[in-house]
Amino acid sequence: MLTESIQNELIEIVGVKNIQVSNSSLLAYSYDATPGFQSLPDAVVSPRNTEEVARIVKLCNHHRIPITPRGSGTNLSAGTTPLHGGIVLLMKHFNRILEIDEENLTVRTQPGVITESLIKSVEEKGLFYPPDPSSMKVSQIGGNINENSGGLRGLKYGVTRDYVMGLEVVLANGEIIRTGGKLAKDVAGYDLTSLIVGSEGTLGIVTEATLKLIPMPETKKTMLALYNKMEDAAHTVSSIISNRIIPATLELLDQPTLKAVEDFAKIGLPTNVQAVLLIEQDGTSTNVQNDIGRIEAICRDHHAREVTIAQTKEEAEALTAARRLALTALARLKPTTILEDATVPRSEIANMVMAIQSIAKRNRLTICTFGHAGDGNLHPTCLTDIRDTDEMSRVEKAFEEIFHKAIELGGTITGEHGVGAMKLPYLNLKVGSAGIEAMKAIKRAIDPNLIMNPGKMFVFLERQRLVVQK
Amino acid sequence: MKPKEKNDIANAFKENMDYNELLNCTRCGFCLSSCPTYIETNMDETHSPRGRIALMKAVVDGVIEPDMDVKHSLDLCLGCRACEPVCPSGVQYGHLLEQARESFYQHKKTSLSEKFTHRFILNSIFPKQERMIKSTSLLGFYQRSGLQKLTRNSGILDFFPETMKTMDKVLPKVPSRNEMKNRPNYLPPPQHSGMRVAFFSGCLMDTIFLETNNATLKLLQYAGCEVVIPQGQNCCGALHGHSGELEKAKEMARNNILTFENTKAEYIVTNAGGCGAFLLDYHYLLRDDPLWSKRAEEFSMKIIDISSILMKLDFSSNMLKLDEQIVTYQDSCHLRNGQKTYLEHRQLLTSIQGVKYVEMKDADKCCGSAGIYNLLESEMSLKILDDKMRHVRNTNATTIVTANPGCLLQLLMGIEREGLSHTIRAVHIVDLLLEALENNN
Repeated sequence: MLTESIQNELIEIVGVKNIQVSNSSLLAYSYDATPGFQSLPDAVVSPRNTEEVARIVKLCNHHRIPITPRGSGTNLSAGTTPLHGGIVLLMKHFNRILEIDEENLTVRTQPGVITESLIKSVEEKGLFYPPDPSSMKVSQIGGNINENSGGLRGLKYGVTRDYVMGLEVVLANGEIIRTGGKLAKDVAGYDLTSLIVGSEGTLGIVTEATLKLIPMPETKKTMLALYNKMEDAAHTVSSIISNRIIPATLELLDQPTLKAVEDFAKIGLPTNVQAVLLIEQDGTSTNVQNDIGRIEAICRDHHAREVTIAQTKEEAEALTAARRLALTALARLKPTTILEDATVPRSEIANMVMAIQSIAKRNRLTICTFGHAGDGNLHPTCLTDIRDTDEMSRVEKAFEEIFHKAIELGGTITGEHGVGAMKLPYLNLKVGSAGIEAMKAIKRAIDPNLIMNPGKMFVFLERQRLVVQK
Repeated sequence: MKPKEKNDIANAFKENMDYNELLNCTRCGFCLSSCPTYIETNMDETHSPRGRIALMKAVVDGVIEPDMDVKHSLDLCLGCRACEPVCPSGVQYGHLLEQARESFYQHKKTSLSEKFTHRFILNSIFPKQERMIKSTSLLGFYQRSGLQKLTRNSGILDFFPETMKTMDKVLPKVPSRNEMKNRPNYLPPPQHSGMRVAFFSGCLMDTIFLETNNATLKLLQYAGCEVVIPQGQNCCGALHGHSGELEKAKEMARNNILTFENTKAEYIVTNAGGCGAFLLDYHYLLRDDPLWSKRAEEFSMKIIDISSILMKLDFSSNMLKLDEQIVTYQDSCHLRNGQKTYLEHRQLLTSIQGVKYVEMKDADKCCGSAGIYNLLESEMSLKILDDKMRHVRNTNATTIVTANPGCLLQLLMGIEREGLSHTIRAVHIVDLLLEALENNN
């Protein structure tokens, strides 16, 4: 609970309309898209500008009140769940694109802009912002930056980090800093831009960003390759890469995922095959033509039952749009879907796929697999029921095994969803205890009172995990 | 609210809510951008589908009490169901909303004005067609006797919400009592044989919009149908169902099922999107009623919108012609999201010679009418309507077409509010089709 005097101070900063404390508001901001995590904040506050953010942060720092920044709440690692209460800081007033610079090919934006609308705005000028997380229709740029979101185009174009050139950040002590800029080269001091990207709101509040844009590729082609065996699809992925072709998108969907997606989207996806690769290449038309031809041959070499190329732009868009729905569509099958995003080097994708299948079998679980196979980033998704405690404990065990396997293959516990609270117990596997200590040292240096999104990434108390299970 | 009242409501939530359906929501948030109230409130999660479902679940789980803020969140929902077609998990939001509203309705002590709308409008007038006719006749008397002029001049309407005042201006001239009572009950097929269909006449459509019902019957006949309009049918119950009076709605459903079973018709045709979607849902409404569930299913399977059946019967191959004009179409939410019918209207409109069809931005988004929402939640309704009219203006259309009486009235209000009543008209699609047909003959 916030004391009345703190509430009054907050009202003085943001105005009475921009602070919500009703039960219904607290409940509505107690969750994100991660199953199993829920915790009520003490207030929901919506600052209108950077100065207000700074004043709020100073106030909270002084009174040791936790702050959890939140965009649209589509996070998949419980990163936006206010586990320690305090304030949920909404960025809804930061919803303007400030400048599209066609000379420097950059866009300067506030963090509350919806990812898709930013993408569309720059595309109107013939420019391209590649990071396209599946939730881009609702997710906000600020969330993408804090989580270093990936997407379907990550294989060829990289992730959010590769496009953030500069930031305005309110640090935990309330100081406002500006990092980077519209600069192709800049080595002035530590790279704080990169530190903030993917920091999951644990270091400061991003209030503005300068993002890199690239020219819009001339053309694009989309194809589907159908397989009777999952292994063949997985081997195709590694083979395309080792043949020195980097497609824009290289997605894998297994049969149950295909069925669920088709059930919703009804666009004629094949449901009688074991696996499908959704492949997209963009660039100049000669290159695209050439690459698509070579990829088709590689697919056939790996026993693809059928290879089809989308004939129209609409058909192609329907396919990628359907893929973005995979996770939620799977929820049609069982009440709870728990997904992870273990990632391995691309050459190990087939081994990882096989390992997931055997782990599922061993633990008597249904685990569907889809994901950005081309960049080694898989989304094994367990279909379960949160009310079935016996099965839930097997789910936890299976995911632990998956993480271990990913690490063994030279991979990581999370490719793009972040550590948050969900993968916090496993961070050690990837970075080791010395790594965690180094990270904690940075955290303490910037946020000594530990007010910024506490309970995420690592814990400072001896408690292993603080979760309100609802 | 008193603790006992909250407690009773919380228990009703536990009893009424379909918990599996609540769990079916994964909170992915893909619904957010489709929700008109989420957009209008600058992304307030409590006014989003995901937020409302979370609130319902939290009440069932005992995490929060069903207080006035929770009720407000449910009240402010248009019930347009735009979140359903975009939900990859297929959450039946409309059903959850009805169950939650019912839980409040059963135990919440309502204010006087709320009582008035619910008890008077929903329970006294709508359920009985005879009473609908009587009240509409009263309205006719009001319009014709000079009383309307007197009322408008008196300024008494200033005490009512703005929507009420504008509504008073835009209501069509209502038919006389005799016209309403003498509507035929049977129309033979134009040739010796034709598809036998039954017509669901509706309450608003059969009184205030009687002209449109007559036009519908003419079109059906022209398309070669034998039409039965069974006496004894009553209001579909949608207004009741959507505001939490599920028991009343069930009662009406049973009577309609019984009435239409006797017609032996191949299809039951409706010309009001809202009614059609609710009739289609009778099988869900009566799913736990062993005597009626099967019959409700058979009834629901026969429901078809007028535009769909006209397309089925190849009506668009007729010579349809109008003076050159730009036409735009506003989807009826329940026709689109409930009945999944939206292509047919566009196909019919583009088949009319002289019509240049221009799709407005967000034609699939609610216009803010939403049953009696525009009277209860006037402020939000007008915000949504203003956005809608902006999109209409961008099309340069002079004719706005819709397929539901509520939407039609709302758009008429929008036109009136913008002072465009001399340049833009709003019509029901069947009226335009009949005009196009008769224009040519």
